[in-house]
Amino acid sequence: MFAYYLDLALRSLKRNKVLTALMVLAIAVGIGASMTTLTVMHLLSGDPLPGRSGQIFYPQVDPYPTPDPRHQPWDMMDYRSATDLWSAHRADRQALVTGSALRLTAPGVNLPPLMVQMLATTSDFFPMFRVPFRYGNAWTAQDDASRARVVVISDALNRKLFGGANSVGRTLRLKDTDVRIVGVLAPWRPSPQFYDVAGGRFAGGDTSAFYSKPEDVFAPFASALEINDGGFQPFTCWQPPEEGVKLQNAPCVWVALWVQLDSAAKVADYRRFLAGYAQQQKALGRFAQADNTRMPGLMAWLDFNHVVPSDVRLQSWLALAFLLICLFNMVGLLLAKFLRRAGEIGVRRALGASHRAIFAQCLVEAGLIGLLGGVGGWLLTLVGLWLVRSQPVEYADLVHLDLSMFALTFVLAVAASLLAGLLPALRAARVAPALQLKAG
Amino acid sequence: MQIQPILAALRRHRLATLLIAMEIALACAVLCNAAFLIATRWQQARIHSGVDEASLAVLTLEGYDPAHAVDLNARVLAGLRAIPGLQSASVINAVPFGQHAGTAGITTDAAGQHFGGVVDFYAGGPGSFEALGVKVVAGQAPAPEAYQRPMHSFLPDDATVLVTSALADHLWPGGDPLGKEFWVGRFHFRVGGVLDHLMRQRGGEGGPATAEWSVFVPAPPGEQLVGRYLIRAKPAQLSGVLRDARAAMAKVAPDAVVDLANSQTVSDLREDYFRRDRTMSRLLLGVIAALLLVTALGIVGLASFWVQQRRRQIGVRRALGATRGDILRYFQTENFLIVTLGVLLGAAGAYAMNLALMQRFELSHLPAVYLLVAAVVLWSLGQLAVLGPALRAAAVPPVVATRSV
Repeated sequence: MFAYYLDLALRSLKRNKVLTALMVLAIAVGIGASMTTLTVMHLLSGDPLPGRSGQIFYPQVDPYPTPDPRHQPWDMMDYRSATDLWSAHRADRQALVTGSALRLTAPGVNLPPLMVQMLATTSDFFPMFRVPFRYGNAWTAQDDASRARVVVISDALNRKLFGGANSVGRTLRLKDTDVRIVGVLAPWRPSPQFYDVAGGRFAGGDTSAFYSKPEDVFAPFASALEINDGGFQPFTCWQPPEEGVKLQNAPCVWVALWVQLDSAAKVADYRRFLAGYAQQQKALGRFAQADNTRMPGLMAWLDFNHVVPSDVRLQSWLALAFLLICLFNMVGLLLAKFLRRAGEIGVRRALGASHRAIFAQCLVEAGLIGLLGGVGGWLLTLVGLWLVRSQPVEYADLVHLDLSMFALTFVLAVAASLLAGLLPALRAARVAPALQLKAG
Repeated sequence: MQIQPILAALRRHRLATLLIAMEIALACAVLCNAAFLIATRWQQARIHSGVDEASLAVLTLEGYDPAHAVDLNARVLAGLRAIPGLQSASVINAVPFGQHAGTAGITTDAAGQHFGGVVDFYAGGPGSFEALGVKVVAGQAPAPEAYQRPMHSFLPDDATVLVTSALADHLWPGGDPLGKEFWVGRFHFRVGGVLDHLMRQRGGEGGPATAEWSVFVPAPPGEQLVGRYLIRAKPAQLSGVLRDARAAMAKVAPDAVVDLANSQTVSDLREDYFRRDRTMSRLLLGVIAALLLVTALGIVGLASFWVQQRRRQIGVRRALGATRGDILRYFQTENFLIVTLGVLLGAAGAYAMNLALMQRFELSHLPAVYLLVAAVVLWSLGQLAVLGPALRAAAVPPVVATRSV
């Protein structure tokens, strides 16, 4: 029966090409617009660490020394709190994180000095965040402790300096320090660059910087602080730092800590540990707020920082409203199309077709229009994504149509047109056979 | 023209009428809000930075050793001043639309109890104030000796500064700001002058109202003020001067790296700063165009259907003496009524959508004039879309009435 309905639908579509084209176009434009923005949303709001993000947490304490019940913890921690918590090693894995820029030269490579972003972190960073290596390995906990002059570099930097060859064992000059390369990453592009996310609520919706590429150089935390002494910037300071005071001792927050906790019991334990630490610091007179500790999970932290840029969210709303308009349009046109054939339907009904058969036939036709619209929508989505890629935004290189969104394009197109076809099909199925035959 | 028969006919096609009215209502709601968003962004992009944008460029160096700051500043300034066409070169910590620097919360009392807001400090060396071209509306421009107060962290203590009139109105509403004091932690500042405009480096954190909360502090170049240079030249020569300046750095400052992204003319920085808004505006315009197109297609489709359905009735009316004009006007009036219904529904929808947007995004109330314009646009669109089918209806000959279908 389905094949017969399909044949009828094809004939009907061919009979009135203009109306068919109008409907297919409306669906295609609506689907194209909404799938473009939904794809961008999907890519930007996805889980950067699938399967692991549930175990990753972001501990926060409040080092503000003035009692203030409304005070919230800052987005990063001061040096002392962060290193205290880190060196307690109470989590399954823990990594300190802070970024800075510095000058890099590669001896024996004919390139002018360049400024690179360096992430100061600890050895757990790589296994904890499942960072892929192409050559060599991460440094060891021993290297962290001994402040070894070793680095891991990104695939992009390795291509730029060494043409992509295995550069493990070679030397780089960071500012005035020679460091040895122990590892080269495989291409790694988390979306967003989650471990650096902080301060999103102050960004006024312009959070596209969270989607920039990872740093080019990764160095052991303690080594990096020595190599780029004076080159680190605070996230914020609760009072202007004294002159000549190192950032490590300044009243500033600038270090983040990430921990991996593999079970709910460990999460609860760590929360207690964090609260205990804050109590102890209050007793020491360093903190004013002891109960002001937080520990959001990775995804909660990303939400808190509104990582998806507000323009992208706005575009999604717009596109959905637009799709809705296209649907209303389609309902109207389908109604016109089906009722115009009232005579034909009357004949079919008189020859014994049931209400249900007419209804099914109309829906098959609507679905077919949806499928055609889906093809158009898919092509328009590709054009839309190409337009997004040509924009100068940080996430441009991330944008592509993956398999799930490709499938969703057609599912959405067919589902939307079936929905739009529901009412006109019901109307058509109610056509009384006798009346139409008489009129004919 | 009688409206009664039209209403009677529409009542018989309630569903289709309601559908097209709903489509127009949604279109109206989206149209109003999209147009309002575009206007808001356009307004923001027209902000006056207060400086001579066309004559200014900035050069940023990185990677140098701060211990050699005095030497580096001297070398760079000497190198820049040798460039033909350059009018002035000076040290500054930031420019409008550039990388931000020197943002701090201020208090209007020494004890730090009365919080005045978060403001941007422009710390500039000798010559920078004149180069910026900001206008002093009260008090005086910094005196030469003002540039010699020693720096503490990123600002000189006890300095006489200039504030924008926007900041002065916020801190001391109604009062004379000259001689007033404020503090950053324990650092103390006294107002010696008021500027008519000087935009913050990256706009205001608290929305457009705070966009001009800026302070200019005369400061001595040195370890705390190094690496960013303000270049002034005639607008026509500026890009050439900037190119020469970037090139000259390889010779005069081989120990530093030129940060190309932050070594631009201020006009280019402005372009970059508002690029996101321009992209969004273009996108919204595209949505509006597609929206109007789809709505028009819907009207054409349904009107064609109705014309075909009513061929006999039209024939009868024509046979009974109705002119072509009567038929044409019938369909035009019908369309006008439907669009009016849609616009009325759409007005409510537009306000609802505006309220939802206000909650999620920084946006103000939708002015009523947008509704008016949207209504006019949709009425015209409806009339245009219905014209084709209506003309076809008017062309139906009276003889159709005598034929059986």
